[in-house]
Amino acid sequence: MEPFLALVSKPDNVPIIAIIFLLPFFTWLAFSQGRRNDKAGTPAEAALKDKVYVWPYLCRAEFLCAIIVMLILGVWSIALDAPLEEMSDPAKTPNPSKAPWYFLALQEMLVYFDPWIAGVVLPGLIIAGLIAIPYIDINPKGKGYYTLKERPFAIATFCFGFFMLWIVLMVVGTFLRGPGWNFFAPWVKWDPHKVVSLTNVNLSYKFGIRGDLTANIFGFIVVAGYFSLGPLLYFWKRKTSRFLQELGLIRYIIVSFLFLTMMALPIKMILRWVWNIKYIWVSPWFNV
Amino acid sequence: MDEKRNGLKEKITNSQIWRSMFRHGYEKTGRRYTLQILQNVWLHLHPPRVPRHGINFRFTWCMGGITFLMFLVTAVTGVLLMFYYRPTAEYAFRDIQYLEFDIPFGMLLRNMHRWAAHGMVIAVMLHMFRVFLTGSYKKPREFNWAVGVILLVVTLFLSFTGYLLPWDQLALWAVTVGTNMARATPVLGHEGPFVPQAITQSNDVRFVLLGGTEVSPSTLLRFYILHCVGVPILASVLMALHFWRVRKDGGISGPL
Repeated sequence: MEPFLALVSKPDNVPIIAIIFLLPFFTWLAFSQGRRNDKAGTPAEAALKDKVYVWPYLCRAEFLCAIIVMLILGVWSIALDAPLEEMSDPAKTPNPSKAPWYFLALQEMLVYFDPWIAGVVLPGLIIAGLIAIPYIDINPKGKGYYTLKERPFAIATFCFGFFMLWIVLMVVGTFLRGPGWNFFAPWVKWDPHKVVSLTNVNLSYKFGIRGDLTANIFGFIVVAGYFSLGPLLYFWKRKTSRFLQELGLIRYIIVSFLFLTMMALPIKMILRWVWNIKYIWVSPWFNV
Repeated sequence: MDEKRNGLKEKITNSQIWRSMFRHGYEKTGRRYTLQILQNVWLHLHPPRVPRHGINFRFTWCMGGITFLMFLVTAVTGVLLMFYYRPTAEYAFRDIQYLEFDIPFGMLLRNMHRWAAHGMVIAVMLHMFRVFLTGSYKKPREFNWAVGVILLVVTLFLSFTGYLLPWDQLALWAVTVGTNMARATPVLGHEGPFVPQAITQSNDVRFVLLGGTEVSPSTLLRFYILHCVGVPILASVLMALHFWRVRKDGGISGPL
């Protein structure tokens, strides 16, 4: 328990503890309003469309909010000191070395993907994907009020990515990873000499493929097949689905690519946990 | 007595000096409430009036405002910290120790700066979450959402560049781990896929970021300048655009 408690009470990890409490609260706040709006049929905000003067009503609220936040920040700053360890020494590498807390989901992804994917491509796609959201979400409903029923796919996808793939990985990376980036349960003492047998094998090996070239081709087919699931669904359903016709091919390809890329992370995690799969696709230039 | 007092008050508020500073009175009329916003440089980013749900905490969570407040706190405390800090390997760590132990309220100053920075990251995440859940990124606000995403990245980069400055073990290795990713950048990082022969450890994208092949004193200087000058200017410009766009795109989002 000791290293875990020390980690949890580390001043620099306080933001994560705060998020663990804040996020459920605000999710509840949003979802309860969404449910209320869905039940009523018209959003409650629609009844509040009359205008009020910014001075004094909004300015008063902002001022109050600022005072409360400054109070919290003041108490936090008096009670908890910012960390300062010993002077930097390039010859003394701490084990584990961890990035700042807001990057720990990315560092945790390194367990499942090579650095060029986990550290560069996926973060890039997260940013690009977030920017793309308004252009690929053509649902005109749910603008300016909380709702769940009117945009279930958008909200479920965003919440899955945000909670499961960003927050949970961040918490795991911060609190449950010890020396050698090995997994340690909270009640387990950190053992720097812990030996973990590396029994991971590539997917092609699991399927009995031994040749380099055939393994490479096999991996390519699996990955290409995975990403063509989206377009296949499009051509199969476009005749009958009004939604797909409205979305259009280009938007649809972007949506399916981003969605499948996001789901690739949990899929790879499960493959690793259950079947010890290392890489899906091994090639002379890169591994996936 | 009352008459005398009122007469004096009138005299003062009608004087040339007073009228040159304050253009309107303080009567409780809609006209004055409007002027209060329009004629105040600090408040004029607001519209004179907003829909009633726009002042509802349950709707807005106030997170965008809190993000901006945290930015202001880090700016003010950051400038004060700059008085005591030299971004060189010889002095950086000692200056932080000096700040903590010898400067009056130095520790408090540093704490406020660090916790406000963390608070800003949390507030940005929650602000984005709220904007997403209310569908506020939808037409005509698409572009402002994109600006917001860039501001999220800028916020993280501001925090990350600041993380190195104490020059202790925590700073050095967190930044080492964080920047090691850049090695693997496709095409531009020396360990990434599809790297041309010409790209080596001493000219790849990580070298540009660090000013060397490892986190070194030149990285400290580089991150210091990015943290105190470069990124804050970028953040300020983007924030100005972001706030202005909120107005231009129709103010706070609401049901039609």
